[in-house]
Amino acid sequence: MTDMPQKPELSEIPDAVSEPRRRYAIQLVWIIPIVAALIGLSIAVKSYLDRGETITITFKTGEGMEAGKTKIKYKDVQIGEVKGLAIARDRSHVVVTAEMTKDARGLLVKDTRFYVVRARITGGNVSGLSTLIGGSYIGVDAGTSAESRDDFLGLETPPAVSLDVPGRQFVLHADDVGSLDTSAPVFYRRIQVGHVIGTELDGDGKGVTVRIFIRAPFDKYVKTDSVFWHASGVDLTLNASGIKINTESMVSILLGGIAFQNPQERQEAPPARPNTVFPLFPTKDVALKHAETAETYTLVFKESVRGLAVGAPVDLRGVTVGEVAKIDVALNAQNSDVSIPVEVQFYPERLRALSRDKARRVQPLDSQRLLDALVAHGFRAEIKSGSLVTGQLFVALDFFPKAPQASIDWNASPPRFPTVPGSMGELQKQLMHIVQRFEKVPIEQLGGDARKSLQSLDATLKSAEKLLKNVDQSVVPEARSAIVEARKSLEDVRSTLVDVRKTLGDARTTLGGANKALSSEAPLQLDLRDTLREMSRAAQSLRVLGDYLEQHPESLIRGKQEDKP
Amino acid sequence: MRPVPVSAARKGLCSCHVCHLVSRREQLSAVAHCPRCGAYLHFRKPASVARCWSLLIAAYILYIPANLLTMMETGSLFSYRKDTIMSGVVHLWNTGSWGIALVVFIASITIPLLKLISLTLLLISVQRRSTWHPRQRTRLYRLVELVGRWSMLDIYVVTLLAALVQLGSLATVKAGPAAVAFGAVVVLTMFASMQFDPRLIWDPLQKESTP
Repeated sequence: MTDMPQKPELSEIPDAVSEPRRRYAIQLVWIIPIVAALIGLSIAVKSYLDRGETITITFKTGEGMEAGKTKIKYKDVQIGEVKGLAIARDRSHVVVTAEMTKDARGLLVKDTRFYVVRARITGGNVSGLSTLIGGSYIGVDAGTSAESRDDFLGLETPPAVSLDVPGRQFVLHADDVGSLDTSAPVFYRRIQVGHVIGTELDGDGKGVTVRIFIRAPFDKYVKTDSVFWHASGVDLTLNASGIKINTESMVSILLGGIAFQNPQERQEAPPARPNTVFPLFPTKDVALKHAETAETYTLVFKESVRGLAVGAPVDLRGVTVGEVAKIDVALNAQNSDVSIPVEVQFYPERLRALSRDKARRVQPLDSQRLLDALVAHGFRAEIKSGSLVTGQLFVALDFFPKAPQASIDWNASPPRFPTVPGSMGELQKQLMHIVQRFEKVPIEQLGGDARKSLQSLDATLKSAEKLLKNVDQSVVPEARSAIVEARKSLEDVRSTLVDVRKTLGDARTTLGGANKALSSEAPLQLDLRDTLREMSRAAQSLRVLGDYLEQHPESLIRGKQEDKP
Repeated sequence: MRPVPVSAARKGLCSCHVCHLVSRREQLSAVAHCPRCGAYLHFRKPASVARCWSLLIAAYILYIPANLLTMMETGSLFSYRKDTIMSGVVHLWNTGSWGIALVVFIASITIPLLKLISLTLLLISVQRRSTWHPRQRTRLYRLVELVGRWSMLDIYVVTLLAALVQLGSLATVKAGPAAVAFGAVVVLTMFASMQFDPRLIWDPLQKESTP
């Protein structure tokens, strides 16, 4: 400021060029905040429009879930994201807050189900392996309800039946669950047509309820009269034709399973409605047995039924037509008697099959009349022994024309069928008779007689001995003198024989001399040979002389002439 | 308090914004031109407060999506995450990178907010013709100007990563919509601070000292 020139310099400052003021329009710079506001607003509107609903899902555990990371997927398409995980106030479960996309709005209905998809390896299948890398996610099973909703109860395991797979569910009741587990297969003619979706104990603890799902093309084979049985494991039968092993599939051996079938020779039953309750039988045989209509009768026996068990067959000449269902004891206080009412299940259809009238359906009334007629002809039940070794009994039906008159008591519940004492009882009775007869035999008297006989036998033996002694005394000495004489004559014979032998020896020496004289080396023989040779030589000389004389007869006179040279 | 020097404006003197020639303006009502370069002459930046306000409001508006929307999407083979600025800071803090978390927090959240608040304070005080600590307010303004460009740090990181990390399905980094908003906030506040005329802080004092 001190260096700054004062007034004169100030006057040197040039004047600005002025021109009239133009009217100022609105400041253009305000467009910027307006644009910014518009952008902000559009973002806000967009995010508001895109904003899906926020839902809460309750799970038992938050395993594998992470806020802001875990996705919610429907058919592997992301439709939401977990925004928060919180523990419920009573600490019993986890509340998952999830934000869904706009597209998911239609899925958030009352019966939509949420479940955590994790890698799962069970006996039957392996699923969700992709979650090992990508992390677990929440799966959605879309519901069909129209009622919307925003809080859900999550399932711990994926639902066994997806709502978009057509098919029907049925309920089976069994005594025990066997080896069945969720996802165990259900077979129809050995084709897997469904699976078990859940097993639970009944409320009263007296059985189990098994829920099964049958896929769509096959669910029509479940009829109102279908029978279900455990197809678990191996059915091994040993009979006269050998060992038979029967099983549905390898999977059912390991996991267990259920099979069903519709009884043969029946009119077509209507398809069963969903959630129909069926009993689940332990084996196929039992199931098919129960498929038949059974009528219950009571047979009252007086004799012991030891060896008769529940399930023992009711047999008509070798054909099983029923089985024993229940064995009771009834005490009659009035005449202090014990009778044993045995309840039997009787399958009249098997009888009908025997009566060669398969087509005609026997009405209960007809069957009553038929049975009445049969009973009037002596049709009775009795207990028979199936095996003498094991003492197993069974109930046999047969005709006993001699049986006392009886009829079926239709008024009793169950109806009472007349019985006859069984052959076992008869046998016992007869044995008793035999024993009683034995008791009547006078055994002591018989014993006395026997003793007397023995005594007389003793006396007889003694006299025999005496006889033998007599024989010894009278006969033996005479025999001895006879023998001595015989020996003497024998010695004479022997001396004679010695003489004979001597004579024979002489004869042999004579023969030996003759033999010597006749042998080739004997001197006589040699001399004779020499003599004969001399004689032949002499004969030869005579022949030569004769020839010479023939040619030279003069030599007789003149003598022998000398050969001329 | 020492006497306030008389301002040039009060003496009718005006400096050209372009060639910085000081000239005298006689008629205040008329539009003046620089006698040397012909540029418009103003005693103060024209409509400084209004422009500053408009930019500041725009910045305020965009500050909201900048913080609420996704700044960066990082996807790898195992995870996929979307981070807003704040969640990124929290993530860095939780994973142990406290230094980086602090830097990001200061550069991306505190500084833009401080800038917005400082400018608001300056504008309000100027409009109310306040005489409260003019020197401090001027210092604040200088600080705002100085620090303005540094709050682009976040944007730099995101753009660099988004350009570099593109490994297909193995790893990807994408800039989110918040990046644009945040960049706009930074630019708008820089413009706003440029539009602000710090001489306005001192004008009320002038009026007061010379009634």
